[in-house]
Amino acid sequence: MNAFSSLLKRDLRLAFRQGSDSVMVIVFFIVVVVLFPLSIGPEQKILARISAGVIWVAALLAAMLSMDRLFAADYEDGSLDLLVISPHPTEILVLAKVLAHWLTTGLPLIIVSPLLGVFLYLQADGFWVMIMSLLLGTPILSLIGAIGAALTLGARRSGVLISLLILPLFIPVLIFGVSAVDAALMGLPTRPQLLILGAFLLFATALSPWASAAALRQAVE
Amino acid sequence: MHRLANPTRFLRLCNMVKPWAMAITLLCLATGLYFSLFKSPPDYQQSDTVRIMYVHVPAAWMAMFCYSAMALSSAAALIWGHLVAQLIAKATAPIGASFTFLALITGSLWGKPMWGTWWVWDARLTSVLILFFLYLGFIVLHDAFDDTSRGARAASILAVVGAVNVPIIKFSVDWWNTLHQPASVVKLDGPAIHSSMLVPLLLMACGYTGFYLWMLIVRMRAEFNSNKIRAIRIRQANR
Repeated sequence: MNAFSSLLKRDLRLAFRQGSDSVMVIVFFIVVVVLFPLSIGPEQKILARISAGVIWVAALLAAMLSMDRLFAADYEDGSLDLLVISPHPTEILVLAKVLAHWLTTGLPLIIVSPLLGVFLYLQADGFWVMIMSLLLGTPILSLIGAIGAALTLGARRSGVLISLLILPLFIPVLIFGVSAVDAALMGLPTRPQLLILGAFLLFATALSPWASAAALRQAVE
Repeated sequence: MHRLANPTRFLRLCNMVKPWAMAITLLCLATGLYFSLFKSPPDYQQSDTVRIMYVHVPAAWMAMFCYSAMALSSAAALIWGHLVAQLIAKATAPIGASFTFLALITGSLWGKPMWGTWWVWDARLTSVLILFFLYLGFIVLHDAFDDTSRGARAASILAVVGAVNVPIIKFSVDWWNTLHQPASVVKLDGPAIHSSMLVPLLLMACGYTGFYLWMLIVRMRAEFNSNKIRAIRIRQANR
């Protein structure tokens, strides 16, 4: 537990002092969303209809953008070797790094998302559900992304490769995240979709540290 | 299983199985195609379009079978460092990807006259599409490293993680209300399909399985040979 919190603190401190990653992710998120009204046209009805999907896809791509740096910096400067050979279980360390990644990229995305909802004329009923679905969904992105980031350490063109490996696995999250918001807009119950997202989150929390730790071990071998 | 980790012994087994696999493939595909294209009755709703099913359903079965085989042998390779299992996983991936592609293509050819659309975003179709991407990811990840053994291990982990998708494909038609029809052959209370259609379907499935074995053996031999060539090259370079 001690190792968990100290690694978490270290990663957060690094992120805050360097500062560029979170800002970059948020700016990317906003720019991608802004492209849609410009390309589709400023019609309020169409934009309101697609707003949830656009925000979700943009959040997914923004999370993707920072994913390949999750372990790469530690891999390059050698601290990953030390983390893996330390007496603490690698799974716990992976969880700490994933949590730090989510706090520095996923959480800012959620905070900005209502603003983007306003840009895209998202109706008032959808806001809370969108925030809820992103709250449940973005940690899944970080967890699954960790597997891809660990697998592609040291690969050629790892940035492209990780998107190819991980984006298909994000499809279910995307489907349920967007359908929760759509259900809210149509006045239907959103509980089922949110519960399924919660189940995905629990499942990913259980599975991802094992797979990522296995991948890390073979990467530093 | 560990007896087969010896490539020589494994190759001997391959040589023994290969003619049988070839015979089963040719025989089952020939009779299966004859029965399914000429002898089986047209469906009372779908008329002759139902014949696409004889190509589509076994391809979809094989897509899942190949993935399961790939995931299991990847797991064996990770757990015991089983070299032959590693090569089986590598050799299975392109075959499985082809079966998945065939299932997707024939499904959409069937969907156009029956559903009126080439593609719908229901759970079954989406999960099979994800399966296809997983195959592609496995193949690409395998070749993404300068060190081939690292690529093999990374791809094995991906295959094991992606195995989550297999039960989702199988049960997607039960869990969600999909446009794709639920299972009618592999059910607890027996197949809900008449024998005049079931027999050609099973013949085709046998033929596909034989084809998989045949292709697997061919690819395995190629893998062994390319490993040998690499070893010889390295030895010559070191001299």
